[in-house]
Amino acid sequence: MFNLLVWVPIIPLLGFLLLVFYGGRLAKGRGALIGVGSVGISALLVALIGFEFLQGSMAPYRLTLASWIVSGELSIPFGFYLDALSVTMLFVVTGVGFLIHLYAAEFMEEDAGYARFFAYMNLFVAAMLVLVLADNLMLLYLGWEGVGLGSYLLIGFWYQNPDNGYAARKAFVMTRVGDTALALGMFLLFTELHTLDIQSLLGRAQSQWSPGSLLPIVAAALLLGGAVGKSAQLPLQTWLPDAMAGPTPVSALIHAATMVTAGVYLIARTHALFELAPPVQYTVAGIGSITLLMAGCSALVQTDIKRILAYSTISQIGYMFLALGVGAWSAAIFHLLTHAFFKALLFLAAGAVIFSFHHEHDIFRMGGLRKAMPLAFWSFMIGSAALTALPFTSGYYSKHEILLAAYAASPLLWVAGCLGALITGIYSFRLVFVVFFGKPAQEIDKTIGGRMRIPLLLLSVLALCGGLLKIPLESVFPALSEQNPGHSDALVSIITLAAPILGVTIAVLFYLAGTYSAANFVNLQWARRINRLLLTGWGLDATYHFVLIRPFKILAALNKDDEVDKLYLGIAGLSLQLHRAASATQTGRIRWYASSMAWGAVVVLAIGLLS
Amino acid sequence: MSGVPAEMGLMLSALLFVLGLIGVLARRNLIMILMSLEVMLNATGLAFIVAGSKWGQADGQVLFLLVLTLAAAEVGIGLGLALQIFHRFKTLDADSINQMQG
Repeated sequence: MFNLLVWVPIIPLLGFLLLVFYGGRLAKGRGALIGVGSVGISALLVALIGFEFLQGSMAPYRLTLASWIVSGELSIPFGFYLDALSVTMLFVVTGVGFLIHLYAAEFMEEDAGYARFFAYMNLFVAAMLVLVLADNLMLLYLGWEGVGLGSYLLIGFWYQNPDNGYAARKAFVMTRVGDTALALGMFLLFTELHTLDIQSLLGRAQSQWSPGSLLPIVAAALLLGGAVGKSAQLPLQTWLPDAMAGPTPVSALIHAATMVTAGVYLIARTHALFELAPPVQYTVAGIGSITLLMAGCSALVQTDIKRILAYSTISQIGYMFLALGVGAWSAAIFHLLTHAFFKALLFLAAGAVIFSFHHEHDIFRMGGLRKAMPLAFWSFMIGSAALTALPFTSGYYSKHEILLAAYAASPLLWVAGCLGALITGIYSFRLVFVVFFGKPAQEIDKTIGGRMRIPLLLLSVLALCGGLLKIPLESVFPALSEQNPGHSDALVSIITLAAPILGVTIAVLFYLAGTYSAANFVNLQWARRINRLLLTGWGLDATYHFVLIRPFKILAALNKDDEVDKLYLGIAGLSLQLHRAASATQTGRIRWYASSMAWGAVVVLAIGLLS
Repeated sequence: MSGVPAEMGLMLSALLFVLGLIGVLARRNLIMILMSLEVMLNATGLAFIVAGSKWGQADGQVLFLLVLTLAAAEVGIGLGLALQIFHRFKTLDADSINQMQG
């Protein structure tokens, strides 16, 4: 049964190859059938394998297909590793992935690049599956770069607009910064521990390195660098809001549900290494909590519906990092799972609004869509409730667990998390109230069909009830070492519960009841300045432009003539001059040749006689 | 086998050689250049004869025969070329035929 695991990444890869080579010649329906079908078959296989696994002993299962690189002591196989963690990720990638593919089949139907779109999507899914299944870091890196490529191709999918190409390049380059750190971490781990196989690597690290010594700290910090780049955390988060240039299903699949959570997966997968490096783990928690606050504040003032969701994604991944940082590994993965459900739902619902509403992105030009689009409205309500972690939605279970674990580690982290939850409540319901309530601005021009409705319905159910899914991650992660977070202070629990509800109340007062209005602040100088700062994502882009891009451009301008190259250009110039001199002697005059021969002979004779 | 010292013979040979060389360099008519070349060849031939008589060896005369053959061949080809050149360019001026074609 588990042998079928091989086919899980291979089928989307085959779909990709088919669509790339024959996509242009296939009828539209066929292309979509291959694109959606390949992921569907994968999802089916994962369901079979997953349930078999969960009902069994849940012992890790290894499958080695072939050897990839063998050189000296370096031996890297194409090997898959199945445990509770990778099963969870498989469910997310194929399950949510399939629903998004199905949705995209209708969403993208009018697009000229229909087959190309599904080819890229299948490539992405195949790479993501390799990433989560890999049993060694090198294969994981292959998947890691593969999803980066897929993300690049899909952000720049509408390549006729240069802005989209810029956003794609920005995402690629920014994540490449993190990837370089990850590669360096891999080199370090291999030179020190002589293996790249994740399980034996962690085992050797635990037996050879003492906690808190230098080597594990450096290695974990480098891996963290990779995770920060991929998961859009401080300081590399600026690519994610721009990545919204891609089609909405892409944002749902890559930039909400799967790829951006790869960093969380990486840290969870190598958690034993992070446990050996407490300072790095504190850093993870710090990065998570700062990022969740920064991104949450930015989400408060955005007007583009997709950018709000993008900042919200950064913020929620911040929660996952916070959980990883305080050692609540399974809470982080649990939040990853529920976040995949409700954020994919929110993106798809936003896509439905955009699809039906003249491709409008600005939420203040929408309004009153509650009646016209009931399904999108209820999807948004459920998704926002889960995002805000209102009680008994899926987000509640995971976020509550994270916040209590954060309190056990440090009250300061808990305060940041609760503040973040409050902000989450404000921005998500601001979005809902502005888009769906109030006066109808315009009529919708298209209604959504069945292929878009089914994913919305299923994801709504998952976003509501996903919290009841208990993935047995105890076989992978150590239990929380501190006191059981379930029995912490009652007051703490109540505040944790109340924070999001307070946020929703504020949103109601401002945007639904109209008791207060944001318009009061528009004329204040300081408010406008803060608004501007938050709108541009804390000015990080401008800072990077000032600190990195500008000096680089100045240096490039200084070295425009390329000083190093002058040596080689000089050699070329010299040989050209010599050639000119030699060709000048070729006059074609016989008597000139004869006299030079005579003079040559005289010289040779003179040398012979005089020496 | 005596009378003329070898030095005098070699001097004559060198004089003839230089005269021939000057002819080759100074003359512009192809026929005159070929004739000057003949003079130079004969000068070398003379040098061989002188050297052969100096050491009482027949090799010098053998080599002179070789030079004669060479000169005959050279004149044969050289005159043939001169004929073709005249045919094509209607001139035998060596300086005016300095363009390569094809």
